[in-house]
Amino acid sequence: MANDEQNLIDYNLQDLNQDGIDRRGFLKCMAWAGTGLVWTLSGGIPVSRAFAKNAGKSTDFAFAQISDSHMGFNKPANPDVVATLQAAIDKINRLPNPPEFLLHTGDITHLSRPEQFDNVDQILKSASAKDVFFVPGEHDVLDDNGKAYLERYGKSAQGSGWYSFDKKGVHFIGLVNVMNLKSGGLGSLGSEQLEWMEKDVKHLKHSTPIVVFAHIPLWTVYPEWGWGTEDSAQALAYLKKFGSVTVLNGHIHQTMQKVEGKVTFHTAMSTAFPQPQPGKADSPGPMKVPAEQLRSVLGITDVNYVRGQHSLALVDSTLG
Amino acid sequence: MPLIIALLLLAGSLNVSANDQPPSGAEVKIDNFSFGPQTLTIPAGATVTWTNRDDIPHTAVSDGVFKSKAMDTDEKFSHTFEKPGTYAYYCSLHPKMTGKIIVQ
Repeated sequence: MANDEQNLIDYNLQDLNQDGIDRRGFLKCMAWAGTGLVWTLSGGIPVSRAFAKNAGKSTDFAFAQISDSHMGFNKPANPDVVATLQAAIDKINRLPNPPEFLLHTGDITHLSRPEQFDNVDQILKSASAKDVFFVPGEHDVLDDNGKAYLERYGKSAQGSGWYSFDKKGVHFIGLVNVMNLKSGGLGSLGSEQLEWMEKDVKHLKHSTPIVVFAHIPLWTVYPEWGWGTEDSAQALAYLKKFGSVTVLNGHIHQTMQKVEGKVTFHTAMSTAFPQPQPGKADSPGPMKVPAEQLRSVLGITDVNYVRGQHSLALVDSTLG
Repeated sequence: MPLIIALLLLAGSLNVSANDQPPSGAEVKIDNFSFGPQTLTIPAGATVTWTNRDDIPHTAVSDGVFKSKAMDTDEKFSHTFEKPGTYAYYCSLHPKMTGKIIVQ
């Protein structure tokens, strides 16, 4: 393991374009995402460090991301999504820097049913972090145009549930890209939401760290499976001026990371079931793994912010 | 008159059988994130029943024409097509899934 860690650091020193970004290293790093690799942004340039070395780093605040709990799912890929969501909360409660709040990037429920939303709320009560911020997944807005979701989680939101808030100088933007999906299309933000976003960030200082969270990835991961958002380029254009932008998504039930200039894109694992890697199966449905391996493909993302460096450390860890 | 109607109905149902459809109506099976058959041709007045055999919910939506509730595994949705035409539809959860009903 130590040898691989050293290789990883050596890879990151390979800066072929001389722009501070080592592309070959990143591709290799993505394969590590499930084992607890720490990514830190320093002045917008990502640098990876072996997890152990970073453990004692002081932090201004921390939050955790969970995603795709699919409450109500009960097929062979995971017959007990309650237990795995509880395991995810237990793990978050034991993190070295206690998270101040949680982000849930959608597919809270499997079928938008009231009892499924209730179940998740019940389990989240056991989180030490009392505040949870949500954005809906397509499974949360079935049949009613998102009415049930909005009644629960859209009180201070606009439109189909978008909103923003600030924590310790970091600006968080929750976006909804799962409504009004068009035939043959990808995720979609829509002009009303984009106009709101433009105004929302217009007067922020360039030094404000930005965290955007939405269900479907805001970069094109795999269009054949609808893993992308057709109008995200417009949203990202509004964020061009900022020195540090972190985009947190879910939907694909696996970790994936991409860096483009000062923007880091990151997707979280599901707490319910994994999905295949792009193109590695006929379709992006639930992927069955041997029961004893299930918890090793489910997980959470721990995010630590250190003020003054505009750095956000993202750590993915599995449930078992 | 009723005899003529009866004969026409019989002719209609025979047509359905000739197209190799089950006499009760035309069927689309949803599995593996796809509609099967992807293109289905039916006579006007026929009913199509979608059955979800996948392990994840899907819908069948044709904007302005029909919109199913989310179908979990083994759940069904039916729509009767009175007017001839070509009806493109998709799954609103996974919009890359598309299908077509041709009503003759």
